[in-house]
Amino acid sequence: MENNPYVQREALRKVLHRLKKYRILIALSILFAAATVGLTLYVPVLVGDAIDLIVGPGQVDFVCIAALLVQIAVIVGVTALLQWLMNTINNKITFQVVRDVRSEAFRKLQILPLKYLDAHSHGEIVSRVIADVDQFADGLLMGFTQLFTGVLTILGTLCFMLSIHAGITLVVVLLTPISLFVASFIARRTYAMFKLQSETRGAQTALIDEMIGNQKVVQAFSHEAESLEKFDEINEQLTKYSLRATFFSSITNPATRFVNSVVYAGVGLTGALVAIAGAITVGDLTCLLSYANQYTKPFNEISGVVTELQNALACAGRIFELIEEESQIPEKENAVVLADVKGNVSLTDVEFSYDPKRPLIRDFNLSVKPGQRVAIVGPTGCGKTTVINLLMRFYDVQGGCIRVEGEDIREVTRRSLRSGYGMVLQETWLKAGTIRENILMGRPDATEEEMIAAAKASHAHGFIRRLPQGYDTVITEDGGSLSQGQKQLLCIARVMLCRPPMLILDEATSSIDTRTELKVQEAFARLMQGRTSFIVAHRLSTIREADVILVMRDGNIVEQGNHESLLQKGGFYAELYNSQFAH
Amino acid sequence: MNKLFVYLKEYKKETILGPLFKLLEASFELFVPLVVASMIDVGIKTQDTGYIIRMCLILIALGVIGLVCSITAQYFAAKAAVGFVKKIRHALFRHIQSLSYTELDTLGASTMITRMTSDVNQVQNGTNLTLRLLLRSPFVVFGAMVMAFTIDWQAAMVFVVTIPLLCIVVFGIMLVSIPLYRKVQARLDRLLGITRENLTGVRVLRAFCKEEEEIAEFEQRNEDLTAVQKFVGRISALMNPVTYIIVNLAVVALIWTGAIRVETGILTQGMVIALYNYMSQILVELVKMANLIINITKAVACGNRIAAVFEITSSQKQSSSSPEKRKDAPEVEFRSVSLQYKGAGEDSLSGLSFSAMPGETIGVIGGTGSGKTSLVNLIPRFYDATGGQVLVQGADVQDYPLGELRGMVGVVPQKAVLFQGTVRDNLKWGNPDATDDELWDALASAQAQEVVESKQGGLDFEIEQAGRNLSGGQRQRLTIARALVRRPRILILDDSSSALDFATDAALRKSIRELPYSPTVFLVSQRASSIQYADRIVVLDDGEAVGIGKHEELLATCPVYQEIYNSQFRKEDA
Repeated sequence: MENNPYVQREALRKVLHRLKKYRILIALSILFAAATVGLTLYVPVLVGDAIDLIVGPGQVDFVCIAALLVQIAVIVGVTALLQWLMNTINNKITFQVVRDVRSEAFRKLQILPLKYLDAHSHGEIVSRVIADVDQFADGLLMGFTQLFTGVLTILGTLCFMLSIHAGITLVVVLLTPISLFVASFIARRTYAMFKLQSETRGAQTALIDEMIGNQKVVQAFSHEAESLEKFDEINEQLTKYSLRATFFSSITNPATRFVNSVVYAGVGLTGALVAIAGAITVGDLTCLLSYANQYTKPFNEISGVVTELQNALACAGRIFELIEEESQIPEKENAVVLADVKGNVSLTDVEFSYDPKRPLIRDFNLSVKPGQRVAIVGPTGCGKTTVINLLMRFYDVQGGCIRVEGEDIREVTRRSLRSGYGMVLQETWLKAGTIRENILMGRPDATEEEMIAAAKASHAHGFIRRLPQGYDTVITEDGGSLSQGQKQLLCIARVMLCRPPMLILDEATSSIDTRTELKVQEAFARLMQGRTSFIVAHRLSTIREADVILVMRDGNIVEQGNHESLLQKGGFYAELYNSQFAH
Repeated sequence: MNKLFVYLKEYKKETILGPLFKLLEASFELFVPLVVASMIDVGIKTQDTGYIIRMCLILIALGVIGLVCSITAQYFAAKAAVGFVKKIRHALFRHIQSLSYTELDTLGASTMITRMTSDVNQVQNGTNLTLRLLLRSPFVVFGAMVMAFTIDWQAAMVFVVTIPLLCIVVFGIMLVSIPLYRKVQARLDRLLGITRENLTGVRVLRAFCKEEEEIAEFEQRNEDLTAVQKFVGRISALMNPVTYIIVNLAVVALIWTGAIRVETGILTQGMVIALYNYMSQILVELVKMANLIINITKAVACGNRIAAVFEITSSQKQSSSSPEKRKDAPEVEFRSVSLQYKGAGEDSLSGLSFSAMPGETIGVIGGTGSGKTSLVNLIPRFYDATGGQVLVQGADVQDYPLGELRGMVGVVPQKAVLFQGTVRDNLKWGNPDATDDELWDALASAQAQEVVESKQGGLDFEIEQAGRNLSGGQRQRLTIARALVRRPRILILDDSSSALDFATDAALRKSIRELPYSPTVFLVSQRASSIQYADRIVVLDDGEAVGIGKHEELLATCPVYQEIYNSQFRKEDA
């Protein structure tokens, strides 16, 4: 797909579109590039002229030489200045386009539906926003400059050579394609080798990832010898492919250099013969020789640039794919701002599935009054989080509707809906930053007293105070030295501060130490007072105190009712409940 | 870095021949301007067509010899670099596998993986380039100067001035910009961090409606990055223009001196042209050298990081012969064992004593960080006790060869890790000689029979890397089966049923109790219900055993156990 010419053309069009606002800079860059190339090519002519004035003893025209040398010095100075300006402008364009595209991509991330984000690995998305953008900038914008100056240099050289002598120019024009041909011949032959090398390298990395990443398991099963054997097998292969790729690709340089020296000799021969005939001077010959030396260089560069451009376009294609991904359904213009939420939630004939082929939730009806507790229970992996996804409108229902205070949640602003809920997930997530910033996330304008009160209410104040910098302690994304339980308490404090009318809680299954767990439970209990709560529950006490229990299995809601009625029913819930005490 | 050169030894011949052929090629290249000079001075001046043709043939001959030499050189360089790195990779992999858990913890998996992949690749590139270019470029630069001296010492003085000047500019700009590039990288990493954080926290961020703030922060950091990129861009943009000026001013000086020397009859016109050509050669090579130095610095840094891994050696000594066992001894015995992890200020386990008779089930319970996993890790000697003794069948674990000790123990680690390959391949880690029937037995005991049966191909079902195509609970049951395939004397289940629902967990415990070879079982859990029926329960709190005994005893006497139990079962449930 990535080498599809249509996709590439589309990507190119989009890149050009984003370059539009830099068009003045681009025009300047092109102008300077043209001037630089022209002047750079003119210098050898002047040098040739100067050499012509140095014929032999007593035959040196110092006055004219001095004039020419001054001219050279001035031109060189101007060229250098223009070159620097061009480089600077190109840098500016490149880096700003990168910045723009990155911003655009990141903004997009904020409005992409969860459906997309859940289905794509985060690493891959990050790599598009960071690495692909870099590649695209380097390849595309640098590539364009090189391509442009390369083509100009070739054309310019041709013109200058023609102005000196047409026949010799013909020699150069006829011989240079050999160099191109050799280079592309080698590139074509080595492409397959490189591909093989990178595939094998990938396989080896995967193996390393697996065996070193899980080295403890390898050692626990004394599996070292076998994994080394497997590693050596790939290592041997990689060495073979690597040698081939490295060697054959490194022939390019000597080979093109050889062609260059043939061109050089050709120009030398014809030039010298023409010089004897008197059609050109020795200075002209010097000038032609230095052109011959330079002439093939842009050709070689251009062939490299083309692959780089293709690569860059592929990267650009990936970024635009992300940027143009369908956004979440935008809010209606007349979307209602939910105000004065008391906690009435009703689900009517809700239908939902992640995969249209596998229906999940059907005819789901539920009505929750303010202050009620809804416990969602079921075996692991039964899709309990689906309910959270729907309530928070991370995903949209496919049939029926969910209403909060009688308003269809698709008719209200996301902001007002989501601020109505306080959410504490089992997978605690904290933002890199200070503890304070984390607690204040929901209400940045809260006062110090309110923050501390929230922390106290969620039993987080005690351990925070004992941290080296208290509330200003900086924590990393994974919470650093905080224990799982402490992180959970922070997440609770974060919600506690907002006092939302409705709650979504995800009880932790394990990995919290008992003492903190007691605190977490207390904090949860305090949080739930008087609030409509949806709890993904694992603890019996939580479940039994719930007003409604939703029993889920394989993504479906199979039973619904309170503890007593469900036990009486003797269905799946009863089975689950009893199994805890089976031994 | 020097330590790594051992691995180059086998490629000594290639390492010497590669650069040697490069030098040969470069020397031939240096003759070219001289040939051109005589072509002009002799051929054109005397109008000798034959001479000119001969000179051109010499040029082509020089080209052919150069081509042959340099392809030979490239071959040797590639062979040496690739082979060198192959040896390093092998040695590194082997070395990492020989490290004990303590060293693995210090290094961290991601570090080791980077060392083995990208660092090693950098070393390969660096070695290859070094062999090809390190001698060549300086040789051409100084060769050109020497050749200039052979033509005329006064004109050569221009070279003497120009070369150091160019070196200062080229290396100076590099020196200034390299640390700046590092800064660019650091800011890019930060941007990457924010993006990743934004994705992992997407639910929370959206729940708190923080999208706008996130964008603002991203753009701020993005702007920071762009600023430093532009700054370093402006500096490195100086390189080409400045060197261009220097070289061309040198050409101006050269022509002027040349003019004077020709006037007095010391030089010929052709020689001036030769000098001009030498000057052009210098710049190209200097730029190549600058790039080479960047590459070498990178490669050396990578090489040093690799060498640092080699310097870490296993802190565990192992015995080569099997110790004497005592028939009547407990299967596992802890004698006032303490453990302090490397770099930790406090003991993770202290003064722990208890024993487990063959066939007994020992429950281990306690909060996170109370030392449960540390305790069981001492049995297969993943870590060495820093105090006291751990004995298996009456012999200190340190007296066992590691293979023998670990062969007796079946471990189901907390993190359910499976490897790419079929279910069968994975299960056979436990015992390479197990038959399919034995595998099915193990699967049945691990409650994983239906998992495998439901998969296409059964035992031949291909598990993807990290077991991605299985659910957490399925993975966990397969890792249990893997340990059971070994029919271990000692079975360690380290919180291995956390992803299982209560019913499966209970069935699992039942089938383990009924295993025909009745292993000694260590059951680590946070759930009181899981360990309640163990023969003995060790209650850990902050690395200390605060209670050892049966459920009823502990419930009566151990406050920590009571607390745990009550938090999970309210009084009236019991």
